Amino acid sequence: MTEASNEKRGRRMMRLFIHRFRQNRWMLAAAVVCVLAVHMIADGAGPVAIAIAVLLVCAALAPSRMPRERAAEAVAAAGHHALEGMSGEHLAAAVTDPLIVFDGDGAIVHANQAAFDAFGNLTPGILLLLKFRAPEMQEMIQSVLFGRVSSREIDYVERVPIERAFRVTASAVGRGTGLYVLVFKDQSEARRIDRMRADFIANASHELRTPLASISGFVETLRGPARDDAAARDHFLQIMQNQTVRMARLIDDLLSLSRLEMRPTLKPGVRIDLRGLVQNVIDSLAPLAAETGVSIERDFPDMTLEVYGDRDELFQVFENLLENACKYGQSGGRVAISIAGPLSSPEGETTVTIRDFGPGIAEEHIPRLTERFYRVDAGASRAQKGTGLGLAIVKHILARHNARLSIRSTLGEGAAFTVHFPPA
Amino acid sequence: MQSHHIVSAYDDELKFLTRKIAAMGGHAERMVDQAIVALVNADPELAQQVVRDDATLDEAEREIDDRAIVIIAKRQPVAGDLREIIGAIRISADLERVGDLGKNVAKRVVAVAEGRQPVSLYRGLQALAELALTQLKEVLDVYASRSVERIEFVRDRDNQIDAMYTSLFRELLTYMMEDPRNITPCTHLLFCAKNIERIGDHATNIAETIYYVVTGDQMPPERPKQDKTHRVTLAVDTQ
Repeated sequence: MTEASNEKRGRRMMRLFIHRFRQNRWMLAAAVVCVLAVHMIADGAGPVAIAIAVLLVCAALAPSRMPRERAAEAVAAAGHHALEGMSGEHLAAAVTDPLIVFDGDGAIVHANQAAFDAFGNLTPGILLLLKFRAPEMQEMIQSVLFGRVSSREIDYVERVPIERAFRVTASAVGRGTGLYVLVFKDQSEARRIDRMRADFIANASHELRTPLASISGFVETLRGPARDDAAARDHFLQIMQNQTVRMARLIDDLLSLSRLEMRPTLKPGVRIDLRGLVQNVIDSLAPLAAETGVSIERDFPDMTLEVYGDRDELFQVFENLLENACKYGQSGGRVAISIAGPLSSPEGETTVTIRDFGPGIAEEHIPRLTERFYRVDAGASRAQKGTGLGLAIVKHILARHNARLSIRSTLGEGAAFTVHFPPA
Repeated sequence: MQSHHIVSAYDDELKFLTRKIAAMGGHAERMVDQAIVALVNADPELAQQVVRDDATLDEAEREIDDRAIVIIAKRQPVAGDLREIIGAIRISADLERVGDLGKNVAKRVVAVAEGRQPVSLYRGLQALAELALTQLKEVLDVYASRSVERIEFVRDRDNQIDAMYTSLFRELLTYMMEDPRNITPCTHLLFCAKNIERIGDHATNIAETIYYVVTGDQMPPERPKQDKTHRVTLAVDTQ
């Protein structure tokens, strides 16, 4: 017990001594040097011996200081400068919401990548008040700029080209830096779900009413006048079945359109072999082509053509287009599908053209074909179990792929639907 | 974006003009958007609000005119500055007209709302308005960024708007012929469509002004006309 405590005390003394020695080592070294110098001057001993002595002292003292204190200094420095040395640009880049830094004049100083993706051109120097013109944005930015408040939050809705809603916060950066920051939180998803529900109900109730009315009419007839007419009964049941098929398709189409509208800016990801995809579509529609008596002609180039995108969605694009061509171009007896590589157009676009040789589409209808439920001839569309949504879906999918649809038609000579993919 | 002058108050005055134009643009965009929403949803209250908002736009135009004249008188601007000021006067006049057209659409809401029209009619009008609003937004974005290299897109979209308008015109005529009771609401909708189409034209005018302000040259003169309503007639069926 006493031995142990003695030992401990001895160790502590030793540590204290080492510590004191270390603290005063420069003083000691100076003293040694002085003594040696005096000694040298006094009896002129060999300078070599003195030099060696000084070197020894330094060698003994210096290394013991270095590692420990350096490490401590490094830690202290890191704690102190971790934020100071950080670049605002990197911080902005790490934020996934759109973020814009602007100065006291309201000019953009920096905008992160998310902001560029959401709002396009935000080159530094552009005045923020010119870019965000909605009255409530103007009011907010001005109230922050002219120092009436240090931070504000509002809801901001952009209608065109696609509807987006943001909760926007403007606030001053620090105190007296003369910089302000605008942060956008995307609220579009919640709004779209609401809208989708409303739209779905509106569209579905409107469009489902027609087939339902026809079914209920036939049920009435079957129960009344046609009760004992076997031939008519079969005929009516056939019509009712067709109507239910149409309703089922309508619901499918409405659902897939609503799904697409929910996420209009999905960035498509994988490389797709265009020839293989179109060939798959042709194979899957072979029964329909046989049924309508249409022969499908192919004109594919020899090279492999690839586009970026979502395979299922692009499949649906070509399926809808080819299906339309088979149905509405039935009288022409053939449908031609051609693919052209980027070298064949001045813009470097890859194009897929689906051309039918049916009655064609009158000029005044062409600009409106991609509207929902727009029908050139409602009767013909119903007869083909069309839903009026096929091209609206095509337009949506292509917009997500930065691609576009062009339609050319001459009455009596058929119509050509061309999908243009942007250069890779 | 603007050069610096020795007198910094001059810079401030020019900046005031551009800011005021942007604010006017925001108001005009909002008015047109709300007018269409009011029309489609048959919402007379929103329509009333749009009609009231027009006063703000008129006031802003007068203010821009006054300021611009004061700047010209006081600073005797030349070259780019002069173009900037004249451009502001012209753009504000165009925006004021856009506001008037929006107000006119809003005024018709009550008349149209009386007899509800088929949904498809409103869809066409909505699609047309979307095109016109996109046109206006992109043009005003160019006013902010001054990147006039891509301004040709304005003409493409103007053609699309005209084609869409021609198609709507024909559709409305068909509805009127189907049932004479449709004539009153369809005529109102026809005027609404025409107003929206005019908004697209004003946006194109603004684009031309911006091009002139930035480059000092007139935009190349090609101006294809797609509005073929002047020769749309429907064959009268004698059934």
